[in-house]
Amino acid sequence: MKTGEARRTALGLAFTSPWIVGFAAFTLFPVCASVYYSFCDYDVLSRPVWVGLLNYQDMVTDRVFWQSVSNTLVFNLMALPIGLVSALALALLLNEPVRLRGVFRAVYYLPSLVPAVAGAMVWLWILNSRLGLLNQALEALGVSSPPQWLTDPAWTKPSLALVSLWGCGNTVVIYLAALQGVPRSLLEAAMIDGASPWKRLVHVTLPAISPVIYFNLLIGIIGGLQVFSAAFVMMGGAGPERSVLFYAIYIYQNAFEYRHMGYASAMAWMLCLLIMALTWVASRLARGFVHYPSE
Amino acid sequence: MHAARCRWSALAALALAVLAGCGPGPSSTGGRVVVSYWEKWSGFEADAMQAVVDDFNRSQGRIEVRMLSVSGVDTKLLLAASSGHPPDVAGLWSENIPDFSEKGALTPLDGGLAKAGIGAERYVPFFWELCRHRGFTWGLPTTPGCVALFYNKKLFRAAGLDPERPPRTFAEFEEMSRRLTIVDIERGGRMARVSFSELTPAERLGRHYTLVQVGHLPQDAGMFLSGWGCWFGARYYDGDRKVVADDAGQVATYDWLRETAQTYGVDNLRNFIEGFGVAQSGQTPFLGGTEAMVVQGPWMPNFIAKYAPGLEWGAAACPAAEGVGGGSPVTLAQCDVVAIPRGASHPKEAFEFICYLQRQEVAEKLARAQQKFTALRSVSPGFIEHHPNPAIGLFLALSRSPAARSVPRLSIWHEYDAELAVARERVLSLRFSSADALREVQERVQWRLDRVMRRWDVVGAERVAEWRAYEDW
Repeated sequence: MKTGEARRTALGLAFTSPWIVGFAAFTLFPVCASVYYSFCDYDVLSRPVWVGLLNYQDMVTDRVFWQSVSNTLVFNLMALPIGLVSALALALLLNEPVRLRGVFRAVYYLPSLVPAVAGAMVWLWILNSRLGLLNQALEALGVSSPPQWLTDPAWTKPSLALVSLWGCGNTVVIYLAALQGVPRSLLEAAMIDGASPWKRLVHVTLPAISPVIYFNLLIGIIGGLQVFSAAFVMMGGAGPERSVLFYAIYIYQNAFEYRHMGYASAMAWMLCLLIMALTWVASRLARGFVHYPSE
Repeated sequence: MHAARCRWSALAALALAVLAGCGPGPSSTGGRVVVSYWEKWSGFEADAMQAVVDDFNRSQGRIEVRMLSVSGVDTKLLLAASSGHPPDVAGLWSENIPDFSEKGALTPLDGGLAKAGIGAERYVPFFWELCRHRGFTWGLPTTPGCVALFYNKKLFRAAGLDPERPPRTFAEFEEMSRRLTIVDIERGGRMARVSFSELTPAERLGRHYTLVQVGHLPQDAGMFLSGWGCWFGARYYDGDRKVVADDAGQVATYDWLRETAQTYGVDNLRNFIEGFGVAQSGQTPFLGGTEAMVVQGPWMPNFIAKYAPGLEWGAAACPAAEGVGGGSPVTLAQCDVVAIPRGASHPKEAFEFICYLQRQEVAEKLARAQQKFTALRSVSPGFIEHHPNPAIGLFLALSRSPAARSVPRLSIWHEYDAELAVARERVLSLRFSSADALREVQERVQWRLDRVMRRWDVVGAERVAEWRAYEDW
């Protein structure tokens, strides 16, 4: 390397060093350390005690761990399809050339800007079984005993799935961008051939935006497995009978409430593997349905 | 070149200034040593402590204590201790002591206490023991607390009960609770508001009513929910690495909870409870006048004065199940403590401050302002007579009762408590029997305790050696 090049490299590294140092200290080191801690009994304050695979073995026999896995998967099976479909439906509507389209787009995006905690507090009151707007509306419609959204373990996950729709504005924006990229020539050709709006949607629009649907699905899976804030704020953590004890909440409890940092580290690595596995499965399943323009 | 050097120097100085700002704060000011003090209290309780801190700062010229009201002080203290920058003094709860001491987050005080001449003989033995763990003393009491039954005299009168005669036995407590429970029910096409005890057997079984007032709600016991077992003679731990979450007393406690749900209906209770705020917030059913009796501590009159000034109240010992307590009133007690975290910058000055808090006049000033009592054996003349809490005599007597109990002094109590809460939800929803719900608690807490003990077996000797090194500090 020439002197000038070396100097430029050194200067470049010097300018990026805040990020490099920050990344090494606050991301890389903790991630590497967590691998070691996952094989230890560690409470943060005292030295880690090596226990081999015990934390991983404990996960197999820990009933609450499996409950958290089941809660997370069930919640995702509810929230993910509803979220993807409703965001797509909203994007299709907001893509139509109607009056005040800009205002509608802003209105539907607005909830995404509300802080998660503030939104959760609003939903706490909407879903209150005695005083909440939702149950009052259901009673007005003739439902004699509407659900106890937040206190009945059977209804807590559906409640949170409902709440998750509140923040679908981000997904809507991504879909909207994709919809505007659908070639007009294809839509016009289909129209000339006499295709109905439904057929144009199924056979032209959806295949054209399939990479974006796939992207939102992957992001949804990754985000859904780490669901935390709404349950934590609205249900105080685990909810009635641990019905919304999600995986990330159980990691948090072990790490910061009970200080079983070793066990929490092992759980975090299992979550990482689970996300990778599900992403791989989703990629395999999506193969025949995703069409890229270059193909 | 010179300009470049100046720029680098300025950047380095800025970085140093930023890093200095991340430190624990100034360690001295105007020649005085600054002692940082984190306390869990807020509102009037923090104001009361601040007045005592101000007195201390005025009383001498060497140390300045700076108090900071910190929410979630237990979690934050552990994080601060692990980073090596804890405060010099921390206000904790006595149930934190086993966990925090075993984890090495606190400084043992025994060496300093021996030199200062402070020992067990000054304190009510029950509270002194709450400050100790594994043969060492980890904190000193500030204000202890125990619980009694508060009742609403106006609601007693409305139900035809003598407002000066609270329940004395558990059977009476249950009977009065039913009389004080008011429901809205449809009778002959019209809504009627009647006492639960006036319902026909068919109406009781049907449970097609809305609760508008309850005599007593076992779920409304704030931080003492897992302590209900004390009134049923339940054991929690046998002291020899064996959890006893499923003993007969616990099963009796959970059967009683289950019976409440069966009597009033799961959905009716859920609908009644939902919408109330957290304990001591002013949005509780007792302060709102829709619950006639509640188990609370001596601080309750302060909350009544603040949130429900018109509430006409009385207090008495909460009756225990038959045969429990051996004739002595049963209560659940705990103690607020001040401790010195490991790694504190000024442990000696911090110790001087917490010793100051142990003076009779100082402890009683704090207790009066917080409407509580002290952990000291002796009580100054006039303390009870001039105390702002008219029920202070009752609380003092309860705290000295041979049947006073505390939650088990276990490092995993926080988890144990969480497991008991899940069991409670399961029996209150009638989905589990008490025995089944508690069997799961037993298995899970024992499993966790075994893990903690395995760790202690490895690091225990090392830890005790560390503690001994503090004996001549």
